[in-house]
Amino acid sequence: MNALLRLVAVLRRGRTYVIGTPYVWLLAFFLLPFLILVNYSVSEMETVHPRALVSIKDGVLQLSVKFANYLYIAQDDLYFKTYLASLKYATVTTLLCLVIGYPFAYFMARARSTLQPALLMLVMLPFWTSFLLRVYAWKGLLSPGGWVADVLVATGIDQLLAAAGLIAAPGKLMNTPFSLVLGMTYTYLPFMILPLFGNLSKMDLRLLEAAQDLGASPWVAFWKVTVPLSKAGIIAGSMLVFIPCVGEFVIPELLGGPETLMTGRVMWDEFFSNNDWPLASTLAVVMILLIIVPLAVFNKYQAEAQDRQGGRA
Amino acid sequence: MSFLRIEGLTKEFDGYKAVNHVSLDIAKGEIFALLGSSGCGKSTLLRMLAGFETPTAGRIVLDGRDLAGLPPYERPINMMFQSYALFPHLTVWDNIAFGLKRDGLPRDRIAERVDAMLKLVQLGKFAKRKPHQLSGGQQQRVALARSLAKQPQLLLLDEPLGALDKKLREETQIELVNIIESVGVTCVMVTHDQEEAMTMASRIAVMSEGQFLQVGAPGDIYETPATRFVADFIGNVNLMDGTVVEDQPDHVVVECADCRHFVGHGITGTPGMAVTVALRPEKIHLTRQRPADEFNSAPGRIKELSYFGSFTVYHVVLASGALLKVSLANTQRHRDVEFTWGDEVWAHWSRTSHVVLTQ
Amino acid sequence: MNAPATHRWFARGWLGAGYLFLYLPIVALVLYSFNDSPIPNVWRGFTLKWYAALASDREILSGFWLSLKIAFLTACGSVVLGTLAAFSLVKYRRFTGRTLFTGMVNAPLVMPEVVVGLSLLLMLVSVQRATQGAFGWGFPERGMLTIWFGHLLLGLAYATVVIQARLHDLNPQLEEAAQDLGARPHQVFWLVTLPMIGQSLASAWLLTFTLSLDDVVLSAFLSGPGATTMPLVIFSRARLGLNPSVNAVATLIVLVVAVGVVAASYLIARAERRRQQEMAAAFRT
Repeated sequence: MNALLRLVAVLRRGRTYVIGTPYVWLLAFFLLPFLILVNYSVSEMETVHPRALVSIKDGVLQLSVKFANYLYIAQDDLYFKTYLASLKYATVTTLLCLVIGYPFAYFMARARSTLQPALLMLVMLPFWTSFLLRVYAWKGLLSPGGWVADVLVATGIDQLLAAAGLIAAPGKLMNTPFSLVLGMTYTYLPFMILPLFGNLSKMDLRLLEAAQDLGASPWVAFWKVTVPLSKAGIIAGSMLVFIPCVGEFVIPELLGGPETLMTGRVMWDEFFSNNDWPLASTLAVVMILLIIVPLAVFNKYQAEAQDRQGGRA
Repeated sequence: MSFLRIEGLTKEFDGYKAVNHVSLDIAKGEIFALLGSSGCGKSTLLRMLAGFETPTAGRIVLDGRDLAGLPPYERPINMMFQSYALFPHLTVWDNIAFGLKRDGLPRDRIAERVDAMLKLVQLGKFAKRKPHQLSGGQQQRVALARSLAKQPQLLLLDEPLGALDKKLREETQIELVNIIESVGVTCVMVTHDQEEAMTMASRIAVMSEGQFLQVGAPGDIYETPATRFVADFIGNVNLMDGTVVEDQPDHVVVECADCRHFVGHGITGTPGMAVTVALRPEKIHLTRQRPADEFNSAPGRIKELSYFGSFTVYHVVLASGALLKVSLANTQRHRDVEFTWGDEVWAHWSRTSHVVLTQ
Repeated sequence: MNAPATHRWFARGWLGAGYLFLYLPIVALVLYSFNDSPIPNVWRGFTLKWYAALASDREILSGFWLSLKIAFLTACGSVVLGTLAAFSLVKYRRFTGRTLFTGMVNAPLVMPEVVVGLSLLLMLVSVQRATQGAFGWGFPERGMLTIWFGHLLLGLAYATVVIQARLHDLNPQLEEAAQDLGARPHQVFWLVTLPMIGQSLASAWLLTFTLSLDDVVLSAFLSGPGATTMPLVIFSRARLGLNPSVNAVATLIVLVVAVGVVAASYLIARAERRRQQEMAAAFRT
């Protein structure tokens, strides 16, 4: 009875509906699907839908959990290699984005304050333009006759790339690890630049002045003061690049080739081409497990940022 | 029957008592100040009056009406916030009219009232401006007008002068009090600035760690502090520990390390009791010759002096090594001052200038 | 801080190269949309025929119209849900299951879309089967509605981030002042909070609109017969190879976006400048 009264009291408060609406929505459209995903990955399929995990047969409670899909993935070399490749390409992309993006964000943040909004807008503009179309554009740029392809061939860089194993043969720049990584770095660069810029532009420059006053050269001040202070931005940017890259589908599909098989494509094929929903589900669950650690790091960072922002009881 | 009565008010946060069982009676039309350093609970107490915090225990009764359970928007109380909290998207006029519109008053009544408020704070010309187009002092006046528009029974001020610089503060102090008194509203203000409290309020409550240490008129608190803490908190003071040697109804003699005090008032105490004598720096005189009175004087040497323009504070080292702070007004223009570092002097004070503290 | 000359040129060089990298594909796209040649990458002459062809390209036109509808609904829904979520996170410090809530709101920002798409589809299919069994008609059918649900999930995450940032910056004393002056909680929201976060709501709307318009993977998983969005059309064509009709569509999109972003930035900058002028004028009196 007490519990019922409490429930009524909760339902009468306005705040229940403010929190409740998005909460219920997320439970239904995010959590529930995830649970169903796991369910599919461990269920025996009855024609087109999964058989219930728990059932009663002849008065006996039966639990049937099928691990066959997981075992299949674990044993098949192809899937293992694919996951490894996904992690590898995501890591390389993240590092490249960091190397290119950090100085970019740094110089943006140190530019004249009147210039900064324009610089920011110029970074945002491509982001607002369809990413699909821009990836498609790289197809054109790297195909024979495309501008970038021509430049790389003319300067002989493609020989270096071929020697490094990044492209199959000189002149054939499309559908290679090179084109894939280039495409992913290009697409995710703004995701690295923006949090870094946000962090660096808010940095108190007087800290650098203090460091120099105490005898540090600008180079040393950069490494000992600026970089550690931008750690939060580096982590945010890295997570924003790494995690989606692991499961990226469109870019490997348009710019990648047969030897750049990534989990996103494998999953897609299992689902659309083979119509094997349980296997696709299993692949998805394993993908989530792969990114669960970076996901937790990202979540912790976001929560901390939000806590720092809030602060009222 | 007091106008605002606070009874046994307590506010507890996770086992920590921010306000600890305080009681207070405030008369109608009074300007009352809660004075204390940060963390003493004064802001929490103010917020409980406004309705933003619910008391853990105790009652607040305003004009005979218990305010328990009333949300802020139903209380006949208005607050002027420390940050002014003017609505940036509304003009000055709309800011002041905001509360009146919530009451559903007819348009002409609202206009009448807003114009009256603008006249009161002398901002008539700025009615159409937005807050970011005003100076700090002007914003404060808008905030005040807004909080008075609804003719509240109680006006709350949260650190009213905190955001202003020194010069502006002095002018605003007087102006603020004039406006409040002309309106006649009962006012409770919160501040950490003693000057602000003493110049503006008719009564002050000195607060520390959630409790009232002393409540009284500014003069009473300054000249007759109840405890060491209060004496030390308000203004500057010399505190000298000693023992009661003689205890009579009309005077007390206290033996201290450097001197014997003859204090012209009685205390509830016994001979042999350990007490502290509180003596304000401005009550002390310095002479080169030994004064006639055997009591209330001590020899010493000037160790430090700080020049403040209108007065100078001398730090006099006494025989026991204790430091006595003496404040002398610079009544003469010429700076060939009477005393300087290293001078041997006699400090002396009258029989009514100090107070004996038993706590 | 004065940087030495070499430092400044290095900075300019890096920024220039970076922007070149970012804009190169866009420029190429636009230029080649005017290419009069059967072989896409070989320039032969200037032509507008690809744009003319667009007018009668039914697949693209219906896809565009559908995408527009979904994007509009996504933007509206995301802003509403996002405001509620942002409010919950900023205003209510403690409520049961807050950590789970935070995790669920933030996850779609980074979760690979293939995973989100697949799981969402499985859920919707299960619901459809259940309603089919219970009521005789299956709901929801895969199509525009299901795509909308998927985009809404993504949009919610982005909208929450944008609105939350502005909400936290809001001085809480403003809302207290409103209450103190007699405004009930819902009045506080409509009269004080909403006007103050208005710009972030607009930003969130535009952001989620763009996201929805551009989405490929979620749409692929969640679409049904007759519900082919424009990105899906473009994607299937792009997969097959280079196609100048795609360039034509791209150029039009770039044009609209560029005009929109530049106009928005200009308006914001102008409002900012006007505000500063007024401030300066106020202090002269």
